[in-house]
Amino acid sequence: MTEQTTATAEDLAAVGADQQPPPKTFAGKFLANLWTANSFTVTLLAVLLALVIGGILIAVSDEAVRATFSYFFSRPSDFFTLSWDKVSDAYAQLFKGSIVDPEAVTAAVNGTGPWERVFFPISETLTYAAPLALTGLAFALAFRGGLFNIGVQGQAIMGAVGAAIAGFLLPLPVGIHLVVALVFGAAFGGMYGFVPGFLKARTGAHEVITTIMLNYVALFFLGWLIIQKGIQDPDRSDAISKPVDDSAQLTHLLGFVGPSLRVNLGIVVAILVVAAIAWTLKRSTFGFELRAVGLNPEASKTAGIGVGSTYVMVMTVAGALAGLGGATIVLGTAVSLTGAVIGGVGFDGLLVGLLGRAKPWGVLFAALLFGALSAGGNRMQSFSGISLELVGVIQALIVIFVAAPALVKTVFRLRPAKVSGLGTGMSKGW
Amino acid sequence: MTASTVEAAQAVVEPTRYWTRQRKVGVGLAAVGVLAALLFGALATGRKAEFTLAETISGSAVGINGTVGAVLFGAIAALAGAAMLVTAKRWFGWLLGVGIVATLISFLCWQLSQAPDNLNTIPLGSVARSSVTLALPLILGALAGVLCERSAVINVAIEGQFLMGAFAAAMFATLAGSVWVGILAAGVGGLIIALLLAVLAIRFLVDQVVLGVVLNVFALGLTGFLYEQLMAKDQTRFNQPTFVPEWDIPGLSDIPLIGPALFKGNIFLYGAIVLVVLIHVGLFYTRWGLRTRAVGEHPAAADTLGVKVLALRYRNVLVGGLVAGFGGAYFTLLSTTNFNKNMTSGLGFVALAALIFGRWSPIGATLAALFFGFCSALAFSLGSINSPIPSQFLNMLPYIATIVAVAGLVGRVRAPAADGTPYIKG
Repeated sequence: MTEQTTATAEDLAAVGADQQPPPKTFAGKFLANLWTANSFTVTLLAVLLALVIGGILIAVSDEAVRATFSYFFSRPSDFFTLSWDKVSDAYAQLFKGSIVDPEAVTAAVNGTGPWERVFFPISETLTYAAPLALTGLAFALAFRGGLFNIGVQGQAIMGAVGAAIAGFLLPLPVGIHLVVALVFGAAFGGMYGFVPGFLKARTGAHEVITTIMLNYVALFFLGWLIIQKGIQDPDRSDAISKPVDDSAQLTHLLGFVGPSLRVNLGIVVAILVVAAIAWTLKRSTFGFELRAVGLNPEASKTAGIGVGSTYVMVMTVAGALAGLGGATIVLGTAVSLTGAVIGGVGFDGLLVGLLGRAKPWGVLFAALLFGALSAGGNRMQSFSGISLELVGVIQALIVIFVAAPALVKTVFRLRPAKVSGLGTGMSKGW
Repeated sequence: MTASTVEAAQAVVEPTRYWTRQRKVGVGLAAVGVLAALLFGALATGRKAEFTLAETISGSAVGINGTVGAVLFGAIAALAGAAMLVTAKRWFGWLLGVGIVATLISFLCWQLSQAPDNLNTIPLGSVARSSVTLALPLILGALAGVLCERSAVINVAIEGQFLMGAFAAAMFATLAGSVWVGILAAGVGGLIIALLLAVLAIRFLVDQVVLGVVLNVFALGLTGFLYEQLMAKDQTRFNQPTFVPEWDIPGLSDIPLIGPALFKGNIFLYGAIVLVVLIHVGLFYTRWGLRTRAVGEHPAAADTLGVKVLALRYRNVLVGGLVAGFGGAYFTLLSTTNFNKNMTSGLGFVALAALIFGRWSPIGATLAALFFGFCSALAFSLGSINSPIPSQFLNMLPYIATIVAVAGLVGRVRAPAADGTPYIKG
């Protein structure tokens, strides 16, 4: 009985709290919402949690730190100072490698160092972010349409192939050549995305199976292509294609500051495409049908939307986006095709798409975050001797925590948000 | 009976169209057969193509003139396809089987007849054996998927469970100097990912497909990180397990074809056979199986009848993790004897495909895995007879074959109705 009354009192208090007039000023609103489970706070705390766990991994895997375990109970301070030194150094390098290195700034201001070093970290971050934004978008768009596009990797490979072929086989003038190469990349990726979409629409073949299989097919095709006559670099004996012509390469945006700044037009392409897709999703008929089919294919069919043709379109456009992502790599940084030319940018795209909550602008920010982690991870590896693989762990953890807002809410005891973009509403089966 | 009711009854009967799926497949098969006869027949040389049942190319062999064989078996496939048009639904499976095998033999006649003189033999015993061996991790991974998904938790994290299993097996088998410790550790490795999957999916309601993808990346990063920080620095201390022992079953292992495939095995082969039988029987003939399937199809109804939905899901996912972890040990204790970054190279995803291809049933998934294993084994054999087809295209074979099979023969599949939806008691 007493318990019940207390509960009621608490409920009343809670209701009363809800009915308080909302804060008027922006700052007031900001503070009131800060510790609720809104998407901004959750994302921030997810990054924090992931970095903490990454820190534990750094400490535990370090030989010197592990040596302190043997006498941990007699002198625990050794363990903590050593771990702190190791972890703080690693994360400092991560920051210096991705955003800015304060020492480089001081040196540049004093005139003792080049400005190139000041811009280098941010240039690297943007360089990594550009293809990730595009592949992330390729996953996100299909996801919104209710399709699970695991084939981003294969589509990006085909895009790289298309762009490279146009880049070194077609003799075209400056300007047009680049555009044609990008279009080729998008077209190759789009054709490769069309296949699983078409198979799904016509035969019902599950897109998860077909896209997984097509990833391998693309990889083997690339492996075959780069050792063919006319494609392989005649000056090289290893498996590498001819370099893309200068006229087809993406211009380096900060090339005038220093040659090591690799940031190129790719990031501009990525931002333009993000804006275009955001508009398409929100304002166009195709975007409306895509979202409707994604939310409820049966209802869409009843409403007269061609579900099959929407699937085909979605996969084709997603493939084109992924292809464009592959193209920006080969036209921007890699220049030649190799077996691992796009690395894991397709698979990382899945994470970026998820972290961006399958929304175009969200994907762009997620790509920037992942790009920063990759760029910083390189520096962390070479300066602190910590394997780049850690970045993968941190990225995965961030997405896990973002995908599990309930978990973050529990860990940090956040208040439930009034208007939340989160939740598990998108949880659905195959 | 009044006229109107008769009419109504007739209206319900669906009009049977001539072009059923079986007839369409028949036309396709006939076309493939004709194409095989013409193309492979033209490409084949008049030299002999030989097949032996043994594991080596020596011994008694069945031989046939290459051109004759290619045309003959192509024609057989075409006839099987034509027969489908007449028989429609009857004998569909058999005719399809005959057609596919005949097309394959036609293809092999071409390949073998153009091979150098001492290489124009395919040892079918060895192909059978490597088919099964290559299918083993896929079978185990798909079984893990069956356990999870039949109780409505989607398991895309098979790849991650493989990796953790492979890593743990290599590390602990080396540290303890015993493969059995390695296999136990592999189970635990798979269990760790399964535990994350279970807690986050069941307790925290995370989208399960998303979760699986992310857990794969997590496992890839974690094993890669630990590999570089520990194993790469001291391979002999952390990363030098031995092969699991081979156990031949006396008598049975001498049977041609089946003997080397099923009775010259190791813990993984026998373990997989036992698990397939156990899970099949368990799923369809025991109380646990009925409850699992009920939870997978309609958890609310199962709950009403007193089944503890969440507990059952936890248990099945965790057991699935053990099975997939065991499958992961295959990579470091059987196919090689050391762990490498990303050594499973996406086979966990192939296991997932086998699960869907096999329509979420243990036997079906096993057959799908064997199909994939066979295509891989065939690609290897063709590589060793100096096939004119580039090796990259041979390597594509299992993947393209899977797409064709899924798109052409399987079509729409139906997952357990509640698969992927978290259950909230209410």
